[in-house]
Amino acid sequence: MSHPVLEVKNLSVSFGSREGALTAVNDISFHVDRGEVLGLVGESGSGKSVTGLAILGLIDAPGRIGANSSIRLDGQELVGMPEHELRRLRGRKLAMIFQDPMTTLNPVLRIDTQMIEAVTAHENVSERAARARAREALQRVGIPSPDERLLAYPHQFSGGMRQRVAIAIALLHRPALLVADEPTTALDVTIQAQIISEVQELASQTGTAMVWVTHDLSVVAGLADRVAVMYAGRIVEQGSVVDVLERPLHPYAHGLIGSVPSRNKRGSPLAQIPGMTPSLGRLPPGCAFHPRCPRATDICRGEWPEATAYPGGRTARCYHPHLENEVAA
Amino acid sequence: MLVYLIRRIAQAMLVIAVMATLVFFAVYAIGNPIDVLASPQADQIELAAISQRLGLDRPLWEQFGIFVWNALRGDLGTSFVYAEPAAKLILQRLPATFELAFTALAIAVFVGIPLGVYAGLNPDSLGGRSIMGGSILGFSLPNFWQGLMLILIFAVILGWFPAGGRGQTATVLGIESALFTLDGLKHLILPAMNLALFKMALVIRLARAGTREVALQDYVRFARAKGLSRSRIVGVHILKNILIPVVTILGLELGSMIAFAVVTETVFAYPGMGKLLIDSIGRLDRPIVVAYLMMTVVIFVVINLVVDIIYAAIDPRVRLSEVKG
Amino acid sequence: MTDATANATLSPPPPALDAGEALWKRHALNFLKSPAAVIGLAILVFMIVLAVAAPWLTPQNPYDLAQLDIMDGTLPPGSVNSTTGYTYWLGTDDQGRDMLSGIIYGLRISLSVGVIATLVALTIGTSLGVAAAYAGGRFDTILMRVVDLQLSFPGILVALVLLAAFGRGVDKVILSLVIVQWAYYARTVRGSALVERRREYIEAARCLALPRSRVIFRHLLPNCLPPLIVVATVQVAHAIALEATLSFLGVGVPVTEPSLGMLISKGYHYLLSGKYWIATFPGIALVIAIIAINLVGDRLRDVLNPRLSH
Repeated sequence: MSHPVLEVKNLSVSFGSREGALTAVNDISFHVDRGEVLGLVGESGSGKSVTGLAILGLIDAPGRIGANSSIRLDGQELVGMPEHELRRLRGRKLAMIFQDPMTTLNPVLRIDTQMIEAVTAHENVSERAARARAREALQRVGIPSPDERLLAYPHQFSGGMRQRVAIAIALLHRPALLVADEPTTALDVTIQAQIISEVQELASQTGTAMVWVTHDLSVVAGLADRVAVMYAGRIVEQGSVVDVLERPLHPYAHGLIGSVPSRNKRGSPLAQIPGMTPSLGRLPPGCAFHPRCPRATDICRGEWPEATAYPGGRTARCYHPHLENEVAA
Repeated sequence: MLVYLIRRIAQAMLVIAVMATLVFFAVYAIGNPIDVLASPQADQIELAAISQRLGLDRPLWEQFGIFVWNALRGDLGTSFVYAEPAAKLILQRLPATFELAFTALAIAVFVGIPLGVYAGLNPDSLGGRSIMGGSILGFSLPNFWQGLMLILIFAVILGWFPAGGRGQTATVLGIESALFTLDGLKHLILPAMNLALFKMALVIRLARAGTREVALQDYVRFARAKGLSRSRIVGVHILKNILIPVVTILGLELGSMIAFAVVTETVFAYPGMGKLLIDSIGRLDRPIVVAYLMMTVVIFVVINLVVDIIYAAIDPRVRLSEVKG
Repeated sequence: MTDATANATLSPPPPALDAGEALWKRHALNFLKSPAAVIGLAILVFMIVLAVAAPWLTPQNPYDLAQLDIMDGTLPPGSVNSTTGYTYWLGTDDQGRDMLSGIIYGLRISLSVGVIATLVALTIGTSLGVAAAYAGGRFDTILMRVVDLQLSFPGILVALVLLAAFGRGVDKVILSLVIVQWAYYARTVRGSALVERRREYIEAARCLALPRSRVIFRHLLPNCLPPLIVVATVQVAHAIALEATLSFLGVGVPVTEPSLGMLISKGYHYLLSGKYWIATFPGIALVIAIIAINLVGDRLRDVLNPRLSH
């Protein structure tokens, strides 16, 4: 196997403010192989959405990407790439779908306008050919009578339909990588399941790798090949879906998985992580999780632990991992 | 859409009817209409003729009927000074005023929107800040004084443009307008700038606020994620969204432009209906004042109506909700 | 990120009435944080002092004909009076009147017309607005229709037509400005009164069977005050500009009581012959006054009603 589709190394993203910069994403590294699905899991504010935007080069001032950061798409460095070159990659090799389908489509433009422009932005084709492509793409995501729907405005669609349109647009050019930023969170559970299975199928048809950003572990369990768990801007654990969900090493991942209701026995009390997610401006010193961690000791208050490798290609950043779970699958 | 249209037109008629009633009572019920509508120099025979025409010897409701009937036929009284129908005099000057108002509107839109969008995209840059500062100044400068300063700088000191009047007109495709001659354009530029400045400041503010808001929307981010060029994102995705509030406000402001044309026309001695109004007030030529009032009411109501319809045409959401409603 | 913004947008709980004094103090301190607003306020205070103390400050009473020297007519700025040796720093008008003195007296009339008109309109508009919010029903509907109708026509046009009917005069200008402005206050007050009315403390006051007037004056009005103050400040600037415009058009104040607008109007006739100072300097005074009021108004809006600012 050659190099991975996406390789992120030491990525940091900070937002300058008058009280000093806040680091939303802090020195994270991960990779996604061809056709693979990586689940990026974390609570809101953990930096997972910012990571998604950074991959697309959509971090605007006052946001800044850190000096040592590297994002490689098919071996090509994206950090520091001039905007006009980056623009040519976006939508063609790199695509993104967003959380709220009600707001991702421009309310005053017709669906055909928004789809055709996405085709012609990257390919020198006639409007007629672009329209045919748009129609075909709508059909692929399961939208009935696409000719009619192309002439409609976004508000004439339901949330699920809009997200399907967004997915159709994102996959128009068979991108190498799709970043999906919680695309099903705002939808009903039944629609959610439909969309996930459709995206999964489409991505496997086009060979598109995915970074699926979510806070929902059940989505990850059904969809992802590998998982990266983020906390306060860092990846605290990373590994295959089975390993991380069944045998978490990091106490945070452990707690997160324990707090999913379905994974508990009926009648037994729901496990919780005590306390609240710290705000980025007031991160505790050392491992940011230590105030909430049942296993924390003095050492945790000193420095963030380094990422340690474990069997099965897993990594975790913890001084006191759940070593009983270390066995590889 | 049709139901909406009919309802809006009915509303517009109602407003005109209410205003006509108000004007009628203002003229007739307060004081003797003869005092208002007859020239102070009129002799007994003339007074009797006016009294006869207006039906002043009949009961009030019948007088109202005559007033309405006359107004519907376009008879809004006769000027003492010109001895011609007031409506005709105003209509003669209407093209000049419209020419001025629309040129000013065009300046406000075509200069104001780009500046506002620029300031919205670069709010902290020097350019963005200067544009905002300029628009605050534009709000604070009284229209008439700003006009005087334009005359002082561009006509008196620099001598680039004439200080007043309307230039030559030419007829193109059956429309007579000063826009078709160089002389006409030269005469138009200062008054149009004068009338445009305040609205331009308004457009800049609206466009800037709109751009700042729209630029943060998910659909702009999604448009960028699609790999669209910046010019397409700004020119289509952002612009089309901010146009809705700008067009609405500007349409409503077109009425106030016609009102403020009164000031500009006086400053620049520009022969439009506003100058006629001020001259008529000065000469106590009241039929013209009454006629002007009635005609402006109609113009305003028509403008509001047209704006609402355009608004429904550009915003698909309004269109839908109105059809449902 | 979303947590932080959610916290920031949480509005503070409505302040208790007895904490009113501390609240105003906090607003005042907050106001002073903006340098532009402080400069605006300083200029405004300076102009008010000038206007009030005009008779003691000006080198000349510009309306005492005995003090005017027609030979000194339309002198450019910096000219010196041949007999008294007094320098006309801003030149003279056609009747030999010192422009500086004329401007200070003009400021007096412009400011007082603006302030009086605003105060009267404020009182009338507020009363009607509160009454509409409180009475509701047909009175409310009719009043608001009238407000809508009136506000759909530009103030300048309404004032112009009214003055065409009334004739010239300071009192008539004030009257027309009041008629133009009351609707803004009525609408503003009704809006906030409707919101306040539904708050618990008003319910509580009514449950205690307090007299209606007490509920309105002690409870409802103080809480409608912030938006009113903001609107009123901006409207003073509008009123001053409108008065100047009307006077310029020749339907405003009479020649005997020249406001800044009147002075500019006189200078208009001399502009084309290059005698710029007669129209320019009163205009600059007018613009400075308007900008100063607007700066103060903008800051008040930010301080008193953070939700309104963008």
